Amino acid sequence: MAEIVIDNVTKTFGSFVALTRVDLHVADGEFLALLGPSGCGKTTLLRIIAGLETQSSGNVKIGGRDVSALPPRKRGLAMVFQNYAVFPHMTVRENVGFGLRMGGADAARIERQTARVAALLHIEPNLDRYPAQLSGGQRQRVAVARALAIEPAVLLMDEPLSNLDALLRLEMRAELKSVLREAGTTTIYVTHDQTEAMGLADRIAVLHAGRIQQVGPPAEVYASPATTFVGGFVGSPPMNFLTLPVENGRVRLGALTLMSPRGSEGQIVLGIRPEDLAPAEAAEGFAFTLRVAEPLGSHIMLTGDTAGGQRLRVMVPPETPVHVGATMHLRPRRGRMVWMDPASGAAIGRREAGNLGTEAAGS
Amino acid sequence: MTLRRAVFIAGIVVLCAWTLVPIYLIGLGAVGGRTVVNSWPKPFLPPADLSFATMREFLDIAGVWSSALYSVEAAVLCMAFSILLGVPAGYALARFVFAGATAYRLLVLLTRAFPVAILALPLTVGFIRLGLYDTPLGVSLMHTALALPFAVLVSASLFQAVPRELEEAAWVFGCSPPGAFLRVVLPLALPGIAATAIFAFVISWNEVFAASVLTVRHKTLTAYLLSVLSESPLHVQFAGGLVLIIPSVLFIFLVRKGLFSMWGIANR
Amino acid sequence: MNARFVPYLLIAPSLAFLAVLFFVPLVQTIALAFQADGASSAANFVRMARDLNFTDAVVNTFEIVVIVVPLQLLLALAMAMMLQHVRGGRDIVLWIWSIPLGISDLAAGLVWLAILTDKGYLNTVLLRLGVLSGPQSWLSYETPATLFAAIVVAELWRATAIVLVILVAGVQLIPKEYGEAADVFGATPWQRFTRVTLPLLRPSIQTALILRTVLAFEMFAIVLSIGGRNFPVLVSEAFNWQYNQQDFGVAAAYAMIVMGVSLAATMIYLWVLRTPAAQR
Repeated sequence: MAEIVIDNVTKTFGSFVALTRVDLHVADGEFLALLGPSGCGKTTLLRIIAGLETQSSGNVKIGGRDVSALPPRKRGLAMVFQNYAVFPHMTVRENVGFGLRMGGADAARIERQTARVAALLHIEPNLDRYPAQLSGGQRQRVAVARALAIEPAVLLMDEPLSNLDALLRLEMRAELKSVLREAGTTTIYVTHDQTEAMGLADRIAVLHAGRIQQVGPPAEVYASPATTFVGGFVGSPPMNFLTLPVENGRVRLGALTLMSPRGSEGQIVLGIRPEDLAPAEAAEGFAFTLRVAEPLGSHIMLTGDTAGGQRLRVMVPPETPVHVGATMHLRPRRGRMVWMDPASGAAIGRREAGNLGTEAAGS
Repeated sequence: MTLRRAVFIAGIVVLCAWTLVPIYLIGLGAVGGRTVVNSWPKPFLPPADLSFATMREFLDIAGVWSSALYSVEAAVLCMAFSILLGVPAGYALARFVFAGATAYRLLVLLTRAFPVAILALPLTVGFIRLGLYDTPLGVSLMHTALALPFAVLVSASLFQAVPRELEEAAWVFGCSPPGAFLRVVLPLALPGIAATAIFAFVISWNEVFAASVLTVRHKTLTAYLLSVLSESPLHVQFAGGLVLIIPSVLFIFLVRKGLFSMWGIANR
Repeated sequence: MNARFVPYLLIAPSLAFLAVLFFVPLVQTIALAFQADGASSAANFVRMARDLNFTDAVVNTFEIVVIVVPLQLLLALAMAMMLQHVRGGRDIVLWIWSIPLGISDLAAGLVWLAILTDKGYLNTVLLRLGVLSGPQSWLSYETPATLFAAIVVAELWRATAIVLVILVAGVQLIPKEYGEAADVFGATPWQRFTRVTLPLLRPSIQTALILRTVLAFEMFAIVLSIGGRNFPVLVSEAFNWQYNQQDFGVAAAYAMIVMGVSLAATMIYLWVLRTPAAQR
């Protein structure tokens, strides 16, 4: 069993708090992505799991065993570093077999494992060459092969694709997913690229300023963000947020009247993704003045303002007629709205609580 | 505090003491004077009547003050020459790709692998002819030959560390190439260059062989001390040693940050 | 227009300087050594070899180099590794350990003279410990073994910093991910040192050994201050012939020997410790 339990982990560097009371549970065989912007603490968390940093408080359990006080080599993990860290003074073969050699495996097993992972990662022709003679992408495969060769209980990956160019990144992502699925190893994958996280992970943990904001499957994190941060960080372009007044338990949005999910007065934030807004008739939607239209091939990205002066982004099909400067009307798709508290940014109810009713203006 | 950590810290302390205690002891001998030097067994603490009388006596000895001044003169000249000759060459190596660059770099490196001071031997004759024999200037020239490779290679690395784009931006916004160098590159490389200059000073200040060969009456401090080694009383020798050590130690303290980034860079 | 010439203009002064103050004397030394009475001959070498002190000088020099250089490499490696684990005050420790860099070999000799002389500090300690009953001479003609040891210790004290600084810089150049990868994949601290750190340090070790060995063959003032004329070495003999005997030819012959061994040692290090192109 290689489940991971991170229990109440805090990490401070002097006066800087990198992680605050992080709790996380990774199931055996699960692929979990740690997603967040730079400085959010995701790499620190990974390094604490690896044993390369020591947490200030809390503990880490792998497979039921408390490893908090153990050095990295006793934790039964493998790691793929951002810069690969493939030893330049050893051949690819020696690199791949490094973990097995350190663990005292016999020559036959080393040979077998090396051949197996080399075939898996397509690096057989390079086995007797040195890393300096390989391209970045090939070195990355060597790093992954080295990690898989020891058949670890847990695989840690620190932004392994970030140093590859865009096209290669795409290819490697797919390959990585299929290779890791076959291996079935518990994997923790750190990235700041939300497309990568969405594409690879069984579950995503979104971190911001040292705290976990949300943990869940990609679809859930996408459709039901727990905070405005998650909504704004996951998905490109980011979610739109409209701050609207609440009157008598109702929220007016142009010609639409929606039920407020909470409270009868004050303000509320409506979150809606650009692709979930569609052009509509004036009587069925709200006003939107178009400022910029960007034809992006598969869709047109519209940027503009609501009647209240709030900025909005909308994605429409490429054939939609658009007139820059003109005012059009939009309506949100049913079931895709997320309500948030304006003060804390936290989502309310996590399901759309309003009924979409239309009232003719003035009635 | 585990046992391992305690042993480790003890090791560090022992190694620091190994470096510092001998210096302390010669300081004692220098400051304590004839009485301390000739006393037996030796005291490990400074005498109650700590006096700088010996130091003063030492400095009064004919030849010590003047030789110290000659040392300073030679060292300052060496510093100036090394920088004036080495910095432009370093800039050329850093910014230009030209035929012979690798050969030049190799040549400069090679001089480091030679016992350069030995070359003071034939230079004696040439210096006599040119009137440079027995002058601090002559000695400084020899010392510059010792320090120059260092100055060239280190300033090359320093300039390489300044992004080319900064200079190019200066050109775009109206600076001439020399102007851009003075306004943009030099200020950024200045700490490293200052450290190199001070290191050249220390190299010259400490050098013994060439200084001894190339001087007769206008000896630098090292040459003077060497010549009176067998004749002068011990406490004078210790005072001389201390006077040699103190400026160097001070200077190494000043450049310590630059020193390590320098060596880190020059190692490529 | 003349941009092509700029680099050459920039390196010209230093090149001219080295030509006059390095290459010309180099050629002159070679000429001086191989000439006598205006004709090329080996007379200088013969006179040098027949001198009483010659064999001693050669043997002494090699003995010192062969013992001191490896010792310093080991000591400096240990110190560099220890430095990696120092948490607070690393700057201060490094500064203290590199103080000898700024100390002249003459001053270093005087320092150890103060300690090892008959009425010196070492004897005081030994007296207090009850090992000795009176002042004991360590540096005299009658005690060649202890004189040798004294010079080894003094050289160790003075010049380990040179090797240390180069190694510390080299260690800093090694990206820390390599060590971390070794840690994660099961290497004990010793295995990490031998399988990863040392091989990656090879270029620095090569540089340090070349520099230190060449400097060691040039050893001069430290020997004179501690041993006087009781411990001849190659360069002190060269100095003697040049300055005291005014025989420039034999001095040049000695210089040739020193240059020859330095060059040979450099070549050996360059070959043995080379990094194959494939690994760079």
